[in-house]
Amino acid sequence: MRGEDSSAMKENDIRFAKLLILINGVVPLALLSWDAAHHHLGANPPNFAILTTGMTTLVFLMLTMAVTPVRKITGWNWLLSFRRMLGLFAFFYACVHFLLFFSLDRSFSISSTLTEMLKRKYLILGSTALLVMVPLAITSTNGMIKRLGGKRWRALHRLAYVAAIAGVVHYYMQVKADVRQPLVFAAMLTMLLGYRLLDKWQPRKPAPAAHPAIKSKLEA
Amino acid sequence: MKIPNKISSSEITDPAVYFNRRRFIQAGILAASAVATGLVYRRLNPVGSGEVNTPVIQGLTKPDSASADTSGFRVNEPETSLDDITHYNNFYEFSTDKEGVAPAAAGFDTKGWQVSVEGLVQKPRVFDLDDLLKISPPEERVYRMRCVEAWSMVIPWVGYSLSKLLNVVEPLSGAKYVAFETLLDSRRMPGQRSGVLDWPYVEGLRMDEAMHPLAILASGIYGRALPPQDGAPIRLVVPWKYGFKGIKSIVKIKLTATQPRTTWNEEAPNEYGFYANVNPHVDHPRWSQATEQRIGESGRRPTLMFNGYEEEVGHLYAGMDLRKYF
Repeated sequence: MRGEDSSAMKENDIRFAKLLILINGVVPLALLSWDAAHHHLGANPPNFAILTTGMTTLVFLMLTMAVTPVRKITGWNWLLSFRRMLGLFAFFYACVHFLLFFSLDRSFSISSTLTEMLKRKYLILGSTALLVMVPLAITSTNGMIKRLGGKRWRALHRLAYVAAIAGVVHYYMQVKADVRQPLVFAAMLTMLLGYRLLDKWQPRKPAPAAHPAIKSKLEA
Repeated sequence: MKIPNKISSSEITDPAVYFNRRRFIQAGILAASAVATGLVYRRLNPVGSGEVNTPVIQGLTKPDSASADTSGFRVNEPETSLDDITHYNNFYEFSTDKEGVAPAAAGFDTKGWQVSVEGLVQKPRVFDLDDLLKISPPEERVYRMRCVEAWSMVIPWVGYSLSKLLNVVEPLSGAKYVAFETLLDSRRMPGQRSGVLDWPYVEGLRMDEAMHPLAILASGIYGRALPPQDGAPIRLVVPWKYGFKGIKSIVKIKLTATQPRTTWNEEAPNEYGFYANVNPHVDHPRWSQATEQRIGESGRRPTLMFNGYEEEVGHLYAGMDLRKYF
């Protein structure tokens, strides 16, 4: 009786936390749109919008990749239920970022978009990050996780590392001289990937018991 | 682990009230977190705007339309707003964030400013700013300004041709180049505390470029004295070259026999040349220079050869391989 009650509460908490992420994830886009409507994007609105959505993408990629280390360190297994949403936000902002580049920077010209993308190394990396995220977004549903099977799904979703690395280098390569901001992302990424390497080499400790509500997902 | 239940049933909150309060708290958390995220967003993505109250320049002469249009002194395109010109600046001495330069440069003290003009000249001299500005009456020059980052503006500068100053100090025949230097003072220019560039900022021109009437020493914009973020109190403007050639807050001008070193060229020699002429056919190694974002416009404009001043300055580079001397 008690156990069921508290598990119902947890379900509720998770639903609330998901709402929390949804609302906060929309905030950057909402503010960007509001500012655009009020002509408050500064002197160079196209650049501002492209840069801002790119940075937001990187922030969400870092948050997505932080879920597993934080979960393992703290034992908060419920964090896992937010990873999909964080990842989808990263993909969403990457798409907006690309569409802004296509429309504002390349004036909707498919040929100039393609030639630029193939000519510039930083754009090759950016496109790589975006393209790699497409299959990840498609296979993010519960149904797809079941169809692929946990092992294959997890292997596929390691592509997220490729997206994050390509994304950070893509940012680093365009900066003229002050590379401090891209380096902050690079440092975060190094820590997040470094944790995974260390974790792999360390002898397996028994995993903290997963909460029943998400145990099924862990085992999926 | 179990705590004995000592709470009497009458003390237990009615579920309806409990869930209401819960809802209320949750709504509060949602709102507070959204505000917090919004503040982080604002902090990471600052937008600049503000007033410009520098003194109005007296005795300004505007070029008459006929001569202006043929000399390149007045480009016939809409002028970029004063707000944009003064809140979108590349001036790493204050901040590497273009929108952050104006607040970082606010209150920059230029009292007692002097400019030393030296090197291969007959009459080297340290000018007080006022004396320097009296060499020739202030003229308005409406120039295109093309940044190497592929954005551009149209700016109504106030200044006079650099050649007027050079003629006053009388260059010696051995003088082939002009070297410029920005103030070095990390107390007044806090950006110089970071090692992002090798301070002080230095720039240079070939003698014939420096003597070209389009190259000016600017002391104002829109009829007002230069605000700090745009290079107060005196800066160079060379409209057919990328913006970084327009060195700001100049304290030294030296005529030399050999090509002077220049800051961005030393920072990345494969990306920024000594000449840095605007050229849509020679891309930056990392991005295209074929088009530009004109600040204040929605679409992109094609970039023009020598920033549209080919007729005036093209002859300076006759026979030069502009891919090699980029």
